[in-house]
Amino acid sequence: MMAGVGGGNDFQWCFSQVKGAIDEDVAEADIISTVEFNYSGELLATGDKGGRVVIFQREQESKNRLLSRGEYNVYSTFQSHEPEFDYLKSLEIEEKINKIRWLPQQNAAHFLLSANDKTIKLWKISERDKRAEGYNLKDEDGRLRDPFRITTLRVPVLMPMDLMVEASPRRIFANAHTYHINSISVNSDYETYLSADDLRINLWHLEITDRSFNIVDIKPANMEELTEVITAAECHPHQCNVFVYSSSKGTIRLCDMRAAALCDRHSKFFEEPEDPSSRSFFSEIISSISDVKFSHSGRYMMTRDYLSVKVWDLNMENRPVETYQVHEYLRSKLCSLYENDCIFDKFECCWNGSDSAIMTGSYNNFFRMFDRNTRRDITLEASRENSKPRAMLKPRKVCTGGKRKKDEISVDSLDFNKKILHTAWHPKENVIAVAATNNLYIFQDKIN
Amino acid sequence: MFSKGTKRKFSDGDEEISDESLVGARVASSYSLQRQSLLDMSLIKLQLCHMLVEPNLCRSVLIANTVRQIQEEMTHDGSWHMVAEAFCSAGQSPSERLVATEVLCRSREQDAEPKLFSVISYEGCREEEVVADETLCSVSVSDTVSNVCLAGRIGQCWEKSELSGVERDEEALEDSRLGSGEDEEIDTKDRASTESPKTIGQVFGTFEIKNGSPGPDSALEELFSDVDTSYYDLDTMLTGMQSAPKMGPYDILDSLAPSHSSPSIVSTPNCRSDLNELDHIMEIIVGS
Repeated sequence: MMAGVGGGNDFQWCFSQVKGAIDEDVAEADIISTVEFNYSGELLATGDKGGRVVIFQREQESKNRLLSRGEYNVYSTFQSHEPEFDYLKSLEIEEKINKIRWLPQQNAAHFLLSANDKTIKLWKISERDKRAEGYNLKDEDGRLRDPFRITTLRVPVLMPMDLMVEASPRRIFANAHTYHINSISVNSDYETYLSADDLRINLWHLEITDRSFNIVDIKPANMEELTEVITAAECHPHQCNVFVYSSSKGTIRLCDMRAAALCDRHSKFFEEPEDPSSRSFFSEIISSISDVKFSHSGRYMMTRDYLSVKVWDLNMENRPVETYQVHEYLRSKLCSLYENDCIFDKFECCWNGSDSAIMTGSYNNFFRMFDRNTRRDITLEASRENSKPRAMLKPRKVCTGGKRKKDEISVDSLDFNKKILHTAWHPKENVIAVAATNNLYIFQDKIN
Repeated sequence: MFSKGTKRKFSDGDEEISDESLVGARVASSYSLQRQSLLDMSLIKLQLCHMLVEPNLCRSVLIANTVRQIQEEMTHDGSWHMVAEAFCSAGQSPSERLVATEVLCRSREQDAEPKLFSVISYEGCREEEVVADETLCSVSVSDTVSNVCLAGRIGQCWEKSELSGVERDEEALEDSRLGSGEDEEIDTKDRASTESPKTIGQVFGTFEIKNGSPGPDSALEELFSDVDTSYYDLDTMLTGMQSAPKMGPYDILDSLAPSHSSPSIVSTPNCRSDLNELDHIMEIIVGS
């Protein structure tokens, strides 16, 4: 389901909305650091470097506008994490939200986990649209009434009020991570979740905050021997005993929690053998996996390294079943990208609801989508220039050499400060959220 | 660029230089130069890691692995010391070439067990501050030249001119061991030619701190015996050692005691005056 190359009934991606300031001057705190749809797709959460969480809610589909689906409007905004100072180490702990993960909805309220480098918090987002009036013991403004003045008893009455969305922290899971948390993942049992930092993975129970189980520990006895770190981790979508974690050396380990309390020994080890002809000093760095995601079916997983996205069949460990080049034209620029640190950028990737397509970001505010069935791919841009309502997105192309065609952009003209690291795909529909620095773009399909 | 990482042999100068091998030599030296520049860049990045408040561990590990790769290849090629020589004879100032300067800082004593300071502070602590004494610092933020002693030996640091003042105060120091006790000037040309491949190979070494390893260098041992080596333990750093290079309260008490025999680098001059002051105070209190 891609933007069609030709005409026909293929659908096209169209601009829907953009959230965020238009200023050229971007405030550091406004930079979006994570984007996540909830299980139904009704809610879309973003976290930013300033430690804030903004939740958008999709409005009910209007009968008048059949061609476009409901828009996302701000539902709740709250400060999730504050900057902290570690006095022992004389180091600041950033309030930047690294990850948000929603819990499946079990009642009227919504729950999500948000994590910064050190602490995970469980937030309850609930609506209040009624207010009780006519208390006996206190006044309307909340002051306690003098009990001797009370002469009658009355039953308080619920009166409607303007909708208020409250976010309250229900659990704070702290002091379990020495290193920076890079991933959190809710287990399919909906009772536990895992959190991973550079060297360790912990398993938590959602109700218990004062302890967690350490299930993976790759810290060497002598830190000078450290050559590999954990970069991402995720629970299997159906098997609550299975999880995977990726490393900076381009490997993925699948672990079964039934096998042992400490899952240092993997059940499966996924690694693609290196191509000796393309070996360079940067080979290891570009093989470092920045994101790992299971498919919704649970049969595949996808990994993102610097230049490519790979789809792995969980039953085959020695190589991926599909490899997609995201921006191969950067391979000859690795030295410059090492110099300006771009080579360390951590791009995320995501599946669509049916696992037929995958999406990931690139530079110059470009993002890429790959159709696994047709093997077609497309490059689109998140920019204010294409931001007319329901405007169709035009495919973009990077010119790798030789004559540059019209509308193509040359590699040297790419803006490496405009990076799309975080993207999310609606779990059921063709609606995508793309974070471009401090702006959130929402695109959806246009049904022809 | 580095996209093709095929090894090229550095041409041997003894052979007759034909046209082909001349081209080959040029290509090889270009590769070496590029590799060198990548090495320098990586080392600078690692240094910056130390300066940042919370360095990204993944990034640090990847850069460190790159440095190791380059070092291994250079050692393998045997091109390490030739490159260093080339830079020295080209007359480049020490600060421009981190690697070359490191070589120049080598102590004359080649059999002394090197005490290597860890380059990688994976815990994000300021390495240079954690070391008990500034003068021991092998990773100095301010001074580019001293930055070089990344995997340097302690002996080398004593060669820095900034240490000369402290050195003179220390009677316990054995000049012969420290080599440059008499001579703080770094004679660049002299050092370069006295290279030995073995020491070169130790340059980047294993980023190891040899905690309390019993070296043949007893004077050095004695010198640093009162230094809390747990500072060097990255694990300790992780759990939060102080950033200020102070001695603990008990260390100060120890240094005041007359029986304190190990020469403390900083405290010896203070020790004596403190001792006198203590006596004086005691006299007043006791009223004798």
